[in-house]
Amino acid sequence: MLYIYIYIYIYNIVRCGGSKVNLRPPIISTDSRFLLCASGDLVKVYSTRTEEWLHSLQGHTNQVTGIALNPANHLQVYSCSVDGTVKLWDFIDGILIKTFIIGYPLFAIYVSEKHEGVLFLHVSMATDSKNECFQLVAVHLPKSAEQEVEAKEMSVVSSHISSNPSCTAFGRGGEYIAFARHLQLNVYFFRKQKTCSFSLKATDKKGAKNAFTCIACHPTDDCIATGHEDGKIRLWRNFIHKKEYTYSTQHWHHNAVNTLCFTPEGTHLLSGGIESVLVQWQYGAGNRKEFLPRLGGSILHISVSSDGQLFCTSHSDNKITVIESSFKVCGVIQGLVKGDGVLTDLMIDPRSKALVLNGKPGHLQFYSLLRDKHLYNLDIVQQEYIYEAGLDQFEVVKAAFDIKGSWLATVEERGQKSSDLEFFLKLWAFDERTQSFVLNTTITAAHTDRIISMCFSSSKETTMLVTIAEDGQFKAWCQGADADTQQDQNFWSCDFVGSYHNLKPTNCSFSADSSLLAVSFQEVITIWSPETWEMLTTLCQPPGVIRDLCFGRLSCSKYLLGTTTRNLLCCWNLLTCALEWSSSVEVSKLQPDPLSENVAAFSYQSKHTDVFVFKPSEPRPLFTNKNVCSEKVHRAVFVPREEPLNNCDESSQWLNRSQLYFLTQNMDLLTFSTATEEDRILSSSKQLVIDDSVAVTPFYLLLGKHGQQQQKLNTQSHPAADKPQQPQGSVTIKELLHTPAHVLPAASVLCSMFVNSLLISNTGVQQDPLREEMDSEKEEEDSEEEMEACDSQQELRVQGSVDEVTLKLSKAQERELKRVRKTDFSWMAGLIDSKP
Amino acid sequence: MMSTDLRSAMGEFKVHRVRFFDYMPSGIRALAFNQDTERMAVARMDGSVEVFHCSDRFFQEKIIPGREQFGIEGLSWVGERLFSAGLNGGITEYDLTNQKVKYTIDAYGGPIWTIAGNQQGTHLAVGCEDGTVKLFEVNEDNIQFERNLDRQKSRIVSLSWHPSGSKIAAGMMDMIQVFNVETGHSMHRMLADRGVGTSRSKECVVWSVVYLSDGTIITGDSVGMVKLWDDQTGTLIKSHNVTKCDVLALSVSQNEDSLVAGTSEGIVVQFQFVSMVLGKDDKEWVRTRTFRNHTHDIRAVAEITTAVVSGGMDAQLVVRPLLDKIEERSAASALRKIHFPHRRLVACARKSGLMLFQYPGHLELWRLGESEGKGIPGSSLFVKRNPEKLLHLKVKGEDHIRCSAVSPCGEWIVYSTASTLRLYRLHCDNNNISITKISKLPKVLSSANQLCFSSDSSHLFSASAQSSVHLVSISQSGCKFVGTLKPKSGSHQAIHLLAASEDGKWVASANSDHEVHIYNLQTRKAHCTVPIYSSAVTAMGIHPATNCLFMMHADQQMFEYSIEQKQYTDWSRTVQRKGLHRLWVERDTPCLNVMFNPQNPSHVILHDMYMLCIIDQSLPLPDDKTQFYNQLTLKSLTEEQRKSHSHAFKVCKTFKDILCVELMPDQSLVVVERPLEDIATQLPAPIKQKKFAT
Repeated sequence: MLYIYIYIYIYNIVRCGGSKVNLRPPIISTDSRFLLCASGDLVKVYSTRTEEWLHSLQGHTNQVTGIALNPANHLQVYSCSVDGTVKLWDFIDGILIKTFIIGYPLFAIYVSEKHEGVLFLHVSMATDSKNECFQLVAVHLPKSAEQEVEAKEMSVVSSHISSNPSCTAFGRGGEYIAFARHLQLNVYFFRKQKTCSFSLKATDKKGAKNAFTCIACHPTDDCIATGHEDGKIRLWRNFIHKKEYTYSTQHWHHNAVNTLCFTPEGTHLLSGGIESVLVQWQYGAGNRKEFLPRLGGSILHISVSSDGQLFCTSHSDNKITVIESSFKVCGVIQGLVKGDGVLTDLMIDPRSKALVLNGKPGHLQFYSLLRDKHLYNLDIVQQEYIYEAGLDQFEVVKAAFDIKGSWLATVEERGQKSSDLEFFLKLWAFDERTQSFVLNTTITAAHTDRIISMCFSSSKETTMLVTIAEDGQFKAWCQGADADTQQDQNFWSCDFVGSYHNLKPTNCSFSADSSLLAVSFQEVITIWSPETWEMLTTLCQPPGVIRDLCFGRLSCSKYLLGTTTRNLLCCWNLLTCALEWSSSVEVSKLQPDPLSENVAAFSYQSKHTDVFVFKPSEPRPLFTNKNVCSEKVHRAVFVPREEPLNNCDESSQWLNRSQLYFLTQNMDLLTFSTATEEDRILSSSKQLVIDDSVAVTPFYLLLGKHGQQQQKLNTQSHPAADKPQQPQGSVTIKELLHTPAHVLPAASVLCSMFVNSLLISNTGVQQDPLREEMDSEKEEEDSEEEMEACDSQQELRVQGSVDEVTLKLSKAQERELKRVRKTDFSWMAGLIDSKP
Repeated sequence: MMSTDLRSAMGEFKVHRVRFFDYMPSGIRALAFNQDTERMAVARMDGSVEVFHCSDRFFQEKIIPGREQFGIEGLSWVGERLFSAGLNGGITEYDLTNQKVKYTIDAYGGPIWTIAGNQQGTHLAVGCEDGTVKLFEVNEDNIQFERNLDRQKSRIVSLSWHPSGSKIAAGMMDMIQVFNVETGHSMHRMLADRGVGTSRSKECVVWSVVYLSDGTIITGDSVGMVKLWDDQTGTLIKSHNVTKCDVLALSVSQNEDSLVAGTSEGIVVQFQFVSMVLGKDDKEWVRTRTFRNHTHDIRAVAEITTAVVSGGMDAQLVVRPLLDKIEERSAASALRKIHFPHRRLVACARKSGLMLFQYPGHLELWRLGESEGKGIPGSSLFVKRNPEKLLHLKVKGEDHIRCSAVSPCGEWIVYSTASTLRLYRLHCDNNNISITKISKLPKVLSSANQLCFSSDSSHLFSASAQSSVHLVSISQSGCKFVGTLKPKSGSHQAIHLLAASEDGKWVASANSDHEVHIYNLQTRKAHCTVPIYSSAVTAMGIHPATNCLFMMHADQQMFEYSIEQKQYTDWSRTVQRKGLHRLWVERDTPCLNVMFNPQNPSHVILHDMYMLCIIDQSLPLPDDKTQFYNQLTLKSLTEEQRKSHSHAFKVCKTFKDILCVELMPDQSLVVVERPLEDIATQLPAPIKQKKFAT
């Protein structure tokens, strides 16, 4: 029986893509083919070989906080979530098998082979909100055939444990469980039901910080490895004795050890910390160790496959690295890098339509929201980043694209905290040849103080950049032919410097046709003509400092919108230079849609954020959504759709051309979605599952991709008709590839044959139906059997899906049609033969 | 030298801060621990041997001075007898009672690298340069050569007996041999791997070997490995890479569950024999703790019952307690570093302002400087006349100085080596200094364990064999034997402390069996014996006014004994009844001098390596609740409040690494410091180690 879980969103707000994949250690399936990781409300399943996202396990209604393979069945996985449930999944097919309702927010899950039918969970006892107290609880799973079971039978193992789930680990064969909190290590022996505890001093004479940060237990020996805040690793032994316990200390990490992991045979210990170096210690051989440096962000978790052949590290930059046991990186799964804060605005690269924001330190990341996939990083700072706490290093703080996407302006800054600020303005040109951005100009002292904001002019002919800075000036930069420099390269130089009564500028914006530039100076908006650099007018609407500024688009381009710190949203008509309307609303972010007149405003009031979408021409909002999230929203972006939707519903019409994404202070990327979209997502994930069932051969990529394309075409046009073609094509290729090279004919001869084999020969059938049909009859019969097998397989997977019912029906009909068609043809052939 | 005004609640003193005594402690070469007597024998590079009492706060009970060209390579206890062997090719037995060399016999095998006695106490084995292991039978009063084991090609660097006494493992260049003692033949030959890379061509020296009762042989070698071998099959069981440089010393605990290894990087690594799976018996040697207390090569380690003792080129003896073996935490269970000998190396002629510094091979006589003016407390004064080195007296012969003394008037200098005693007279007219050796000394003055002048410089006390004190009168005309003071009964241990009373009536002696005898000089008879206390006397003095004997012990207890009444004084009984403050008892260096302030008879001045203390016997004693180091608090209080807060102990920690403090008649203190940093700079450079962030 298949179970499809359908989301019903009250507000249609989705955590869509870009969620953390590094919250909890990823796990590798027993056959090392799949990698599972908790990501937002989902459990994502990746292929370890191709690093492709295969599908996800949907069902939790809140953050998934832990996953663990079912020790009784290695094709199943348990997941626990803050929503208070534990779910058991078949992760290969993405089927939810069971839901256990615990009733408390859960934060981590541990399983052990020895304790069958028992789960160990971190439970938050919400006695006091400030002083959260975590308990380690053993939950006995009820044996019931029902889908949803309430698990009542719990026993507390320890009532004071660390909130960090890496501070708990099972010992050899589940005989004991070790957990550390602050400076105390506790070992609970299940057989004796006794806890031994060992404590360290907070500091010693040499200034060591001894607090525990993580724990790992040796799989076969009674040895517990603990990581400490000062980077030491201690190996505890003989911990059955209160007094005669002993430990050895090893020290390589210079900062806290974030994670420790033993290999399944126990021959090695892996450790990682902020240095982003994976260290492999040889167990029992003192300090012999190997290093794998420069892995990116600091290492948060390490996990090892059950055969010890693959290691997996998750990093603070939302990345999972797959590493072979020979210490070779073989794959990287990169999520959206959000770091501690997004300094740049959310932007859309006009060329690739990718979301652009700063990601990896010193880089801009390009992230495809459609495919939820990281595309590439653009190194802006071009300096090695040192992973160490407390260093002041260059960070990309501002970035802007021009309208065509051929220019990118970035600002990098160092010394935000200290007084001596250093920053560079860089301009990057898009190189058609290499399909990437190339540094064109670096301006070292663009302003005397920090750049607050910048924008490109929106005209297609001339590109101009305007920067405003805290020194009270705004500067316009143009790509000018400088006489001093070489002719063939045009560098950017300053064109105009403007200021207004030495006031500090707060924002700037170009009108849609670039004929006007609006720069706000505290409470005053100045309108400039970029052609002549003449100040046309000033608009002033006290009270409050202008925060956001934007021009209306398309039919509303005569309007200028501004928000102030004193909860005012104003709209000026530029033709009359008068205030058209104003509304008293606290707006934290104003985001115009480049493809329509719509403007979205995020308002933060009484501890939650509301969204309004309106047209500048009228003060009545098109769409209102109260209580989107409980945090302030400072970053938002309209992402143009690949193909517009045709929604007639008035409240969702504004989503037809582009989609609104916004980032909360908790670094959650949220968006509004419509019902039709969700269906599409569901069906697409299904398709991917089917794809994965194709066996992985050396030419899987070549053939698989081809098949996939074909399949896509098929599902769009005629779903079943082309199926038989695939085996035929692969037979040709197989022949081609299996024949020794020296007996093969010339490549030119083979080429056409090869290409022909790839072509969809349906057209051929239509052109010359008689002869072809005769030849292919037998073949088709064979392949039909194959297809049937294929279909039945597919049926298994898609059974129960509402959409697929119609699809199945049509297939049956198609087959019947075909049979009819076959008989028809033979009869026709007889007719034709008899006629002459 | 500097002069400092030291003025505080403890009174006001002008201090001569002396830093020109360039005492260099000698590096430690070997350690030997005697489980039964709890004594630790330490051999130093200069050939001296010291015996520490492990359960008496590691007090240095006995010092046997070395000789020139007498390098010791190994030490071994056989029962209560101590043997050493060195590169001069001889085996030496020590007379521990009289603290001297008993005899030396030649092993005729070239330089000896190692010596080991079996647990049965019947045989000694020595490893020689010529590749032989020589067995010596230990007889009642000497040792006798028995035979050679199979001769090897290379020198024997290390030796270890199997606890049964039937097998011997010997570490050599590039290999380890196991001998059957019965037959003398080699049973196994195990090859030690050389290092990789450039060190491939260098041979691997097996510096240390330990033979366990279960047949495991553990070796430490110059490649930096600690290797475990099986003596049944002669195969390697396991190897631990401890360091990049040499593993120089190994020591196993008595119950063979713990092993320590000292390396040339100055770290001590502990291995423990623990079960890998709890509750099961299959145990393995696992590297556990690392102790970093040394800066230079560790040449010797020893694991005693509750601690790891290590010593090396940096000349300090480090006692690192093993907390898991200690029942309760006490003062005895603290980390202890012994830098200086627990004897006085400085003698002071109080009346003439002269100081005599005792080096192993020579004596130096200095005149103290003078300063002028008065400064504020804690400030330094202008030095009017610099201190001046008057004399550099080299020792005749090869023996090192055992003890020396200068008379209070500064006219007489005396020193003694193991073989001779020499008395000199110092002539000092204006700036011409000359000395004349007094010839024709009485026969009894052939050698002394301790020397002391009477306060009027008319007599010399010389402690000699059998705990007796010879009394010699000295005058310009010559030297005359007066008599011998002998205890009525008791042990014959050597005397290590002598104290004469100011009025010339009494002299007290303390020996290493903790006995204190008091003699009446007028009758020249033993007056009385102080009740024997369990801890050794580290310093004593007779009060000039009351004639009470004030004694300091190694466990930091203090006693005051009235000589006239032959009983402890009331104050002493009060101290014992109330107990001493916890912080006082927990100090880890013994007090080395007791002085009395003639201007204030209730003041007793003491010092150890880290502090200077004045005990005011008229003030109440502190209990555990009162603040012990209260000098700063007192300063901030008013006169009335001060009275209620002050207690008998006034501690000054202005000076550190103190070798000697002496009170001069003009109310000035002489403080001889030897900063440890200065010693460190004179040591050879340690092995270069890569440190993080350098």
